[in-house]
Amino acid sequence: MGIKQRMSGNEAVAYAMKQINPDVMPAFPITPSTELPQFVSSYIANGEMDTEFIPVESEHSAMSAAIGAEAAGARTMTATSSAGLALMWEMLYVAASNRLPIALALVNRALSGPLNINCEHSDSMGARDAGWIQIYAEDNQEAYDNFIQAYRIAEHKDVMLPIMICQDGFIISHGVSNIELLEDEAVKAFVGEYNPKHFLLNENEPMAVGPYAVSCYGMESKRAQAQAMINAGQVILDVAAEFEKISGRKYGFFEAYRLEDAEVAIVAIGSACGTTKDAVDLLRAEGKKAGLLKVRVFRPFPGKELAGALRNCRAVAILDRCESFSANGGPLAAELSAALYQAKGQAEVLKIVYGLNGRDYTVEDARQVFADLEEMAANGNRDGQEYRYIGLRE
Amino acid sequence: MALSAKEIRETTRWQDLTEGLSIYEPATSKGFLTGEWRTDTPVVEWEKCRQCLLCVPYCPDSSIPVLDGKRLDFDYDHCKGCGICVAACPFGAISMKEGK
Repeated sequence: MGIKQRMSGNEAVAYAMKQINPDVMPAFPITPSTELPQFVSSYIANGEMDTEFIPVESEHSAMSAAIGAEAAGARTMTATSSAGLALMWEMLYVAASNRLPIALALVNRALSGPLNINCEHSDSMGARDAGWIQIYAEDNQEAYDNFIQAYRIAEHKDVMLPIMICQDGFIISHGVSNIELLEDEAVKAFVGEYNPKHFLLNENEPMAVGPYAVSCYGMESKRAQAQAMINAGQVILDVAAEFEKISGRKYGFFEAYRLEDAEVAIVAIGSACGTTKDAVDLLRAEGKKAGLLKVRVFRPFPGKELAGALRNCRAVAILDRCESFSANGGPLAAELSAALYQAKGQAEVLKIVYGLNGRDYTVEDARQVFADLEEMAANGNRDGQEYRYIGLRE
Repeated sequence: MALSAKEIRETTRWQDLTEGLSIYEPATSKGFLTGEWRTDTPVVEWEKCRQCLLCVPYCPDSSIPVLDGKRLDFDYDHCKGCGICVAACPFGAISMKEGK
């Protein structure tokens, strides 16, 4: 039976961490994810968890210690945001290429500059090619549910990759809303014990992790790593199907909200999707065929499936909560545009940058985007703009 | 099917590599013939060698085998020819000859 509660996103993910009770957590505090190691430390001090908490001197050290612990055979987690993730940069690649299924709770925050503590996806999007699975949440419930599913995906024998469970800084992490938690026993039974096939502390099998590879092996090694990310797609769906059985909540690569017959659609990631749903409902009440495609899984990128979900749309706005400085829009817009082209999609595409440095994204903003889409559906992309901002003073 | 380190060759397919290229056997460096890197080669003049064994701990590659308290000839499969042993020998018993 689910437990009704009200919690912030950080409280919810920390509660999932407590229920899973991994072996090791090296972490360094940074806003807005500071509460995660803080709550876990309290749980440990109160005897509610027996995770080995390692207070480290930096995020580079946090990820390095996580790599060491995971390679040793310990189920390991950490948490960070923004500059903290950036400082882990080098080690993120090491974790992924050494095939270590570490779980990282990321609370999305803007990278500097300007110096800013608010929500943006520039941190995780910057790390999108590091080889980590990335799953995003719309609200505290999804952040909790995604973390419960994390180890089942990462530790699957066909995957063995680290996983980033992302939630929007402050908007989700500090916003309190209703949530339904699972019983401890249900979580423990679902997640199970971690029994790695190979681990450094196994005295019966001496092993080496992370050897040097000359050019006649490196490319084959990366291809094998790429296969693990390809395999992660099916595993994510299988784990979601099992999770639905214990929770009643359904997950996939994305959520299609009133999209089946939609002529215009917004594609977005994270908390903006809740806001967009309100706008969709208002427009539907006015008889307009608007819909939302909420991207949950960004790595692996389900390009074919996303393009398929948009096949009936005439105009699509792809929203990025980060500026790539590519002069061509954000990363979701770039990758989804490519997928739409590959799928021979006919929809006009509007690339939008929004919500930078915690700028509000309102129902009115979403309505404006839908109005622009209707205009584009009727007349095409007359401005020929590569991309544009919303919520900007100009 | 993941192969063991000893079975992996330059012709091995990506499907047959271990995860993350991890190695699940000890002492596989024995099979890696770093002696191929050598440009100059140390040689011992045995009549000058007093078997003091000072060269042994100086060798960074454990390429001076010792048996019953006496050093043997170099392990040329692994000696990279760094020449540290030449400098370590107090009796001038080791010199570098050009080439492998």
